[in-house]
Amino acid sequence: MNKIKHIWMKITGFSLFFPLLCLAVVLVINLIRTPDFFRISMNNGVLYGYVIDILNRSSELIILATGMTLVVAASGGTDISVGAVSAVAGAVCIYSLIGGASSDVYRIPYVLALVLGILAGTACGVFNGFLVAKLHIQPMVATLILFTAGRGIAQVLTQGFILYVRKESFKYLGNFLPGIPVPTPIFIAALVVILTILLLKRTSLGLYIQSVGVNRIASRLVGLNSSLIIFLVYVFSGFCAGIAGMIITSRVYSIDANNAGLNIELDAILAVAIGGNSLGGGKFTLIGSVIGAITIQALTTSLYAMKVTADQLPVYKAIVVVIIVAIQSPVVKRWMKAVRHKNALSGNRKKVKA
Amino acid sequence: MKRMKQLLVLLLILALGLTFIGCGKKDTNTQTSGKDASSKDEGDLIVVGFSQVGAESDWRTANTKSFQSTFTEEAGYKLLFDDAQQKQENQIKAIRNFIQQDVDYIVIAPVVETGWETVLGEAKEAGIPVIIVDRMINVSDDSLFTCWVGSNFKQEGYDAADWLAEYLEKQGRSEETINIVTLQGTIGSSAQIGRTEGFAEKMKEHPNWVMLDRQTGEFTQSKGQEVMESFLKSYDDIDVVIAENDNMAFGAIDAIKAAGKVPGKDIIIVSFDAVKAAFEAMIAGDMNVSVECNPLHGPRVAEIIQKLEKGEQVEKLQYVEEGVYPAETAAELINTREY
Repeated sequence: MNKIKHIWMKITGFSLFFPLLCLAVVLVINLIRTPDFFRISMNNGVLYGYVIDILNRSSELIILATGMTLVVAASGGTDISVGAVSAVAGAVCIYSLIGGASSDVYRIPYVLALVLGILAGTACGVFNGFLVAKLHIQPMVATLILFTAGRGIAQVLTQGFILYVRKESFKYLGNFLPGIPVPTPIFIAALVVILTILLLKRTSLGLYIQSVGVNRIASRLVGLNSSLIIFLVYVFSGFCAGIAGMIITSRVYSIDANNAGLNIELDAILAVAIGGNSLGGGKFTLIGSVIGAITIQALTTSLYAMKVTADQLPVYKAIVVVIIVAIQSPVVKRWMKAVRHKNALSGNRKKVKA
Repeated sequence: MKRMKQLLVLLLILALGLTFIGCGKKDTNTQTSGKDASSKDEGDLIVVGFSQVGAESDWRTANTKSFQSTFTEEAGYKLLFDDAQQKQENQIKAIRNFIQQDVDYIVIAPVVETGWETVLGEAKEAGIPVIIVDRMINVSDDSLFTCWVGSNFKQEGYDAADWLAEYLEKQGRSEETINIVTLQGTIGSSAQIGRTEGFAEKMKEHPNWVMLDRQTGEFTQSKGQEVMESFLKSYDDIDVVIAENDNMAFGAIDAIKAAGKVPGKDIIIVSFDAVKAAFEAMIAGDMNVSVECNPLHGPRVAEIIQKLEKGEQVEKLQYVEEGVYPAETAAELINTREY
């Protein structure tokens, strides 16, 4: 009996327990409402099923949430410009590729255009990082600049048009590579997450980011270059936004400066929060954010599968998000800790008696 | 002291941000009214202030172009163009600017239906006639605007249903059960309401038509694709997709192809707007029909302004002419399409 309690306590104490629980609840409700939700089949040479859709569609969000997690951890603020930055990156990529009109002829090699697009995202990150790290502007205000101006910049490049790239090879990145049954975005997202985790674990960067997030001044006093760390996480967030922009544009083989990545920054912040990360900075778990991102997309996809009508969709989404965030709030967590503590005490007392 | 410094930096950045936004706007302005500097006698020109929603679709850009090519200086107009980037507050700001500059006419393509009373009251007080284009506005006092020019979205819904009925009859499927799914526009927009209602009303005449599901694709290609992916997994036997604009239809076509079905044959694609890219899709055989939503409002508005200049009365509601373009006619018509 005690052993079970002990294991239970260990499980609930595990940092990823709540994010995973939220995802599991969403998926179980799906299983009840739509029995073949988890069915995956081969169709037309590629994997086909709701689960594949969720993973595929959440890829951009996972990539953005990766960057956002580090931003939140190091600076205790959020980068609200990522949606607009991914539109800028997409616009730069397509503009350099085909110029100012829809076309099927590349002006420069495809790979070069991808690099330029991601560089544009990174440059936006450098701008944000400079404002936050060097000028000490609150992150929300600093990134607000590109949040409002970013789409304007993208509009100038596209001259207000939706530019289409009518070439099959442009679609590979956002859809399928020929002969490979798994959507390409899933690979890219996995690659970004794995490389980031390796970078954080193999070097001391993860530790530095945490310590700067916990106390910027104390970290500086022990010899860490706090400003540089904060600068770097914003650059990285811009870099991630650039990659996400490449996927977003490739999916629809076009750039729509007004709608590319619209409102995705809010989902990215939400993913970080659902992942159990404190938005105040400090300790963070990257995998938590990834689970958070998948949960958000799972919610959207499952609401489609459950035939919730369009006008009610935001209501259901809001209810679930409120519950998820409330469960993870410090007050509820403290309360649960107290309950656990009490259980542990009574358990010990029994032991003593025996 | 430190507080002061912080405040100062904050203000500086805000100013920087504003200049940024200002720059972006100026760019779009110079594109459209770049000839300002060269024109000398602005006195004889009719000054028209046009507040456009944004550039969210091909349709919208065609709409903008129509105004820009109609209200030229050669034709005796000076067009002040403002791109509101889908925000009502930007539009209200633009209209106030127009009033301050004392333009002769204000044209608004409103982003939403409500919340216009105050600013239109100001325009009325200044004695500037206001012409609403595209979406309708919802004001308690009708005299706040001179007239409205736009599309009859409900009629478009009727037209789509009539075309479908005729098409199915030709295929000998008029008795068969027809499973339909709809990709709706942004919920609450006039186009979404009109097209959904129009089609639904006509559906009552066809008891064999079944509406399996309706879901919003928010008028964008990526959302249209995402929702269609989900539809295809929920329903094995979809016969018809109604996409409430062309962009969502493009997304649906990609989703259908990815599922190993043939759009245009296995699944009939009915779409709205009839932009040029839709004609390309129809020629490729991916789309069956697109019901026009005519964006060329410019000439009609010019006509109205000329009438008002002469002191004539104009009708309050004016619909533009719209056609139905099935795939068979696409190849010969594509070169005549301006948008």
